[in-house]
Amino acid sequence: MTNKDWPLWEIFIRSKQGLNHKHVGSLRAADAEMAVENARDVYTRRSEGISIWVIESNNIHASDSSDADMLFEPSNTKVYRHPTFYDVPDGISHM
Amino acid sequence: MTKNEALFNYTLRLGDDSLILGQRLAEWCGHGPILEEDIAITNISLDLIGQATNLLNYAALIENKDRNADNIAFLRLEKEYCNILLVEQLNGDFGDTMMRQFLFDAFRKPLFEMLQFSKDKQLAAIAEKSLKETKYHLKHSSEWIIRLGDGTEESHQRVQNSLTNLWRYTDELFFTDESDTLLGELEIIPDFSKIKEVWSANVTAVFEQATLQIPANNWQFEGGRKGRHSEHMGYLLAELQYMQRAYPNMEW
Repeated sequence: MTNKDWPLWEIFIRSKQGLNHKHVGSLRAADAEMAVENARDVYTRRSEGISIWVIESNNIHASDSSDADMLFEPSNTKVYRHPTFYDVPDGISHM
Repeated sequence: MTKNEALFNYTLRLGDDSLILGQRLAEWCGHGPILEEDIAITNISLDLIGQATNLLNYAALIENKDRNADNIAFLRLEKEYCNILLVEQLNGDFGDTMMRQFLFDAFRKPLFEMLQFSKDKQLAAIAEKSLKETKYHLKHSSEWIIRLGDGTEESHQRVQNSLTNLWRYTDELFFTDESDTLLGELEIIPDFSKIKEVWSANVTAVFEQATLQIPANNWQFEGGRKGRHSEHMGYLLAELQYMQRAYPNMEW
């Protein structure tokens, strides 16, 4: 069995201050447990994280880039969807 | 033998095991079977060299003879190194390296678990720090032994050969002499028979899962602790010591 037969895994790391896991890259591994170990060695050796998720790349379903105009462009002309027309009351610091 | 002489011997032995295995693993740098493993092996190598630095610094302090960790690491003759024979064995194929690592890690983890309660505060502190690293080393090497042993026909056969070849070096993990007896009485080091119990249970469980057989022939090598090394040691030291021998007192 060569490296190429191993499935590809997408790696998500949560940093110490981070609230959510962020995609950091991908790697190959024989199974999920080894993928976590490999991710630990490849992506957290400079204290980048305190939690790791691995997801087999096969299991990710993505939007089709050729549909981008249909999917995303219509929202460009709908500025009213941003809550920018409201005055934020005094005393609200985190908006 | 005084307590200090015994403590120096013991610290040097642990330090030499870490140093020589760290040097061996560093040979994998750039040659790992996959990028992830190349990084994993060199991480482990650096952990071991870090442990060696702590242990040899402490040995130098105990000895109190104007030597430091660098002198001890780089300027001794072959016969003065007291690492066990297991750690100086050639890297071989990836299975050989993982088997050597597994047999060693399975010893180091219970050792550090018990040594962190040593009456010697410095050894206890080094053990506590090293334990975190060693736990991961053991997990990593165990997972590989299970996957190689219970993998394909070829991986099974090859890693079974690794076990058959390396098993002969495992008794020396538990080598003891009067230094260990003295330090054991002073509750500075744990009882080797207790470490062996944990080690045996762990390796048996992993080999069972990996469908590997412990060799029936239990003829064992020893000598490293007494400075009698295998032919591989000279070449390893030549590479390890080259810079300090060629450019004495160089720093970088």
